Amino acid sequence: MPNRRSLIAAAAGVAAAPLSPWRRAEARSTTPGVTATEIRIGNTNAYSGPASAYAVISRCHAAFFRMVNEQGGIGGRQIVFLSYDDGYSPPRAVEQVRRLVEQDGVAFLFNTLGTPSNSAIVRYVNQRRVPHLFVASGADKWGDYRQTPWTIGWQPSYRTEAQVYAKHMLDRNPDARLALLYQNDDFGKDYIAGVRDVLGDRFDRVVRAASHEVTDATVDSQVISLQASGADALLTATTPKFAAQAIRKVHDIGWRPLHFLTSVSVSVASVMQPAGPEKGIGIITAAYNKDPTDPAWDNDPGMNEWRAFMRRHMPGADTTDINYVYAYGVALTLMQVLRQCGTDFSRQNIMRQATGLRDLEIPTLLPGIRINTAPDNYHPIRQMQLQRWDGTTWRRFGEVIEGTRV
Amino acid sequence: MSGPPIGSARASGAAGPDAPAASRQRRAIAFALLLAGAAVLIASAFLLSPFRLFQLTLAAGYAVAILGLNLVTGYNGQISLGHGAFYAAGAYTTAILMTHFDWPFWATLPVAGLASGALGYAVGFPALRLGGFYLALTTFSLAVAVPQILKHRAIEDWTGGVQGLFIAKPDPPAFLPIEADQWLYLTTLAISAALFLAAWNLVRGRIGRAMRAIRDHPVAAEAMGMDLAAVKTRTFAAGAALTGLAGALGAVAVEFVAPDSFTVMLSITLFVGMVVGGAASIGGAVVGGLFIVFVPNLAESISKAAPGAIYGVLLILLLFVLPGGAAGIGRLAVARLWRRDGGR
Amino acid sequence: MEGFAHQLVAGIATGGIYASVALALVMIYQATHHVNFAQGEMATFSTYLAWAAVQGGAPWWAALLGTVFASFAVGVAIERVLLRPMRSAPVLAVVCAFIGLMLIFNSITGAIFGYAVRPFPSPFETSAPLLGGLVSGHALGSTAVTLAVLALVWAFFRHTGLGLAMRAAAYNPVSARLVGIRVGWMLALGWGLAAAIGAVAGVMVAPVVFLEPNMMLGVLLYAFAGALLGGIDNPAGAVAGGFLVGVVENLAGAYLVGAELKLTLALAIIVGVLLLRPSGLFGRAVESRV
Repeated sequence: MPNRRSLIAAAAGVAAAPLSPWRRAEARSTTPGVTATEIRIGNTNAYSGPASAYAVISRCHAAFFRMVNEQGGIGGRQIVFLSYDDGYSPPRAVEQVRRLVEQDGVAFLFNTLGTPSNSAIVRYVNQRRVPHLFVASGADKWGDYRQTPWTIGWQPSYRTEAQVYAKHMLDRNPDARLALLYQNDDFGKDYIAGVRDVLGDRFDRVVRAASHEVTDATVDSQVISLQASGADALLTATTPKFAAQAIRKVHDIGWRPLHFLTSVSVSVASVMQPAGPEKGIGIITAAYNKDPTDPAWDNDPGMNEWRAFMRRHMPGADTTDINYVYAYGVALTLMQVLRQCGTDFSRQNIMRQATGLRDLEIPTLLPGIRINTAPDNYHPIRQMQLQRWDGTTWRRFGEVIEGTRV
Repeated sequence: MSGPPIGSARASGAAGPDAPAASRQRRAIAFALLLAGAAVLIASAFLLSPFRLFQLTLAAGYAVAILGLNLVTGYNGQISLGHGAFYAAGAYTTAILMTHFDWPFWATLPVAGLASGALGYAVGFPALRLGGFYLALTTFSLAVAVPQILKHRAIEDWTGGVQGLFIAKPDPPAFLPIEADQWLYLTTLAISAALFLAAWNLVRGRIGRAMRAIRDHPVAAEAMGMDLAAVKTRTFAAGAALTGLAGALGAVAVEFVAPDSFTVMLSITLFVGMVVGGAASIGGAVVGGLFIVFVPNLAESISKAAPGAIYGVLLILLLFVLPGGAAGIGRLAVARLWRRDGGR
Repeated sequence: MEGFAHQLVAGIATGGIYASVALALVMIYQATHHVNFAQGEMATFSTYLAWAAVQGGAPWWAALLGTVFASFAVGVAIERVLLRPMRSAPVLAVVCAFIGLMLIFNSITGAIFGYAVRPFPSPFETSAPLLGGLVSGHALGSTAVTLAVLALVWAFFRHTGLGLAMRAAAYNPVSARLVGIRVGWMLALGWGLAAAIGAVAGVMVAPVVFLEPNMMLGVLLYAFAGALLGGIDNPAGAVAGGFLVGVVENLAGAYLVGAELKLTLALAIIVGVLLLRPSGLFGRAVESRV
């Protein structure tokens, strides 16, 4: 991590860093949303509509930035965090992002929620060259530094995760046949892509897939179909409610596959407890965040830091909700980027620092997982660790696994 | 926005015999107001920020969509909770023609209208046998099924599946010194105005009377020799075509289509817009379009904790005050003004 | 073949969920001749009340009973406060008000209780799955409850004066008033009963689909479909319709078109049936007078 004083010096034009003339001009000229006293940050989330469960992420960010401001802000500036509701609807996301960029003049966008919404705005923000940092979605496409150099993801991509599972399955049993239960949207389909990456030509022979819609009442029928296909491994790529249903149904019909579960649905409180903790024994998943309901972290200094934050700045919030842990981790990552910016908050420099993170450790990430970015690496978190459910908690096993580049 | 409401007031007002002079005077006033309204709208293109223009472009598109719904539900009495399906059909037609065949935007419009109109015609037939809530819920289920159909594997190559399709808004012609946002706003405005005019012509004429007669008293209408089936299915087709065109306008404004843009909430939103603007009102559709673009933002600015609840409360309060929608109060006001002007 | 039996039974179990909500829809239709779009969200809210009571230490059946009464009160209140002023409003405005109500309940439930997925205890839990995992104790128990509620509703409308008065008030308010029926209170009573039945449905559904604010999102649509299929003016028909939808949906998804189109196919089948029998399989044909 470059130290702060040298960066400030660099920005002042004293250091010998190779600054191109246009960049220096940019640094001096006013960047939208950045004044001597404030930095404006834009965000959209689903405060209304079917994905409202994620609204807590932006509420957490707002509390986080309030805390930062109380502590004196960043680079001598206060953070103005503007967050609007897009109702998880792509057209409204476009409207709100245009409001943020054109009307409110934010310096950059941060952690905008949802694959559909971000898909709708990604071209606009790249045409406008607005940094679009740490998108709140695990779609693989946010790592496409060539096509969309102003957009960068944060969490491990779903596709990488699926590759990890497929490889682990083949390691355990090279002749395994895989059943794939996926949500019929881009989240679920990324898992198909990842499995296909590993299996290649064999995909059609080895995999039997069944989809469900978010409007379905249950996924019981799909689970029964998948069992009937004779598969001995199962990958469940679906959101928490349906994951809990699937775990319960798989158990109740007496199916005992090698069961992989998407990292989206590993919450102890929201998935494993509702499903019945004993019904999920043996399920394997990959994680990167520490689960707030996992007793393993009861005395963890990192999680204690998070708990202290929650107590002071989000009193009354549901601390079993892993979204708060996620939000805290992303916000800390952003703070590092802004610190690295020194005093140069030009959009170019924000993007340069966001893609110049080296071995950043975040207290809410699993031990051994570090954030790394580079101009040709837009996947900040590439590492995950496999863990197995033992009936009361997730037991991590094996090394921290680095995902392959797709 | 002052043009259409007057038209609707005249269209739906009682057809009492007017003195020729008063009638001519009224027509002149209406025409002057229309011109003034048009001037304001065109001037906005150069006065408002690109973002506000974008919002107005969206609102104009939604207004046309609501107009299409209004033909079917407001004028013809067939409750449709599935007009989002036609909106999606139009949007996707335009997006597919623009991305896969490199068609210019304007050329896709007739195809979008035809495609969604054909779909509407097809839906109109089963609608003949279903009345009231049965029709409402059948169309509702169509709206629910739309995203699932759009992302189906068989047509994924065309629709882009869950990823959707990107389209670019048209560039202004080289000789005009304006931005793409301004150009799109003016284009959308012109197209919407033409469609409103066409709809206004339709409903105040013979066909419009037939539509209303069938809504108000189907048996009597049939006894008078009206072909119920033909009028209903064609109304459905026309309404769907309008909504499909609106979908095309909306798609190019947002520059993106994806299944998640056309969930059942879209149909519900259009329905709300229609009722708020006023059923069986041409001008009400404009109010409805503005309502569904701006009121959610208003709700959000009141409370981020539960913007949905605020929106719902605003909606219900509005319905308490104006059960007939904005058109109800508009009609009343215009009728009063006419009376004073007419010297009665 | 075993797979088929599983699909069939799972379909019946899911159908039971649709049937219970369909029953609430029929109730409100019988009483007011409206279809309440907010029914699902109201039921979700009621279920959260029951959940809060159980969390607070109340015995399960007491929590259910309390919730049923509370929901009844909420239903009556909604009719009195919200719909009474709109009784002369056009039908479109009323439908729109239901949509507003749906948004309000959905949003408020989330704001109060949060969005976490929560388990909801079932009183019919068995230690081991029955018949080799074919059915759960809860599926049997909740089906029995649905049928019991159906019997009550049927008996209420057929064999009590109040039920008859309620039907009369919905069918022909003017004549009903002339014979001395207090139409306004009948409507309120209908809302209360529908909300109470919805609460029972929610409590039966929650252990299966898990409790969260959007729990009824999918269920309501299928319940509508079931009610339409069976006939919205016929409680028994609606329940049968709910079961049918569950079975058709599962079998179609498993054997005909795959899960990707099962919703679409299920809806297409229902529309097809309605075209042949516009007032549902067991509904009465409506005759209009000139």
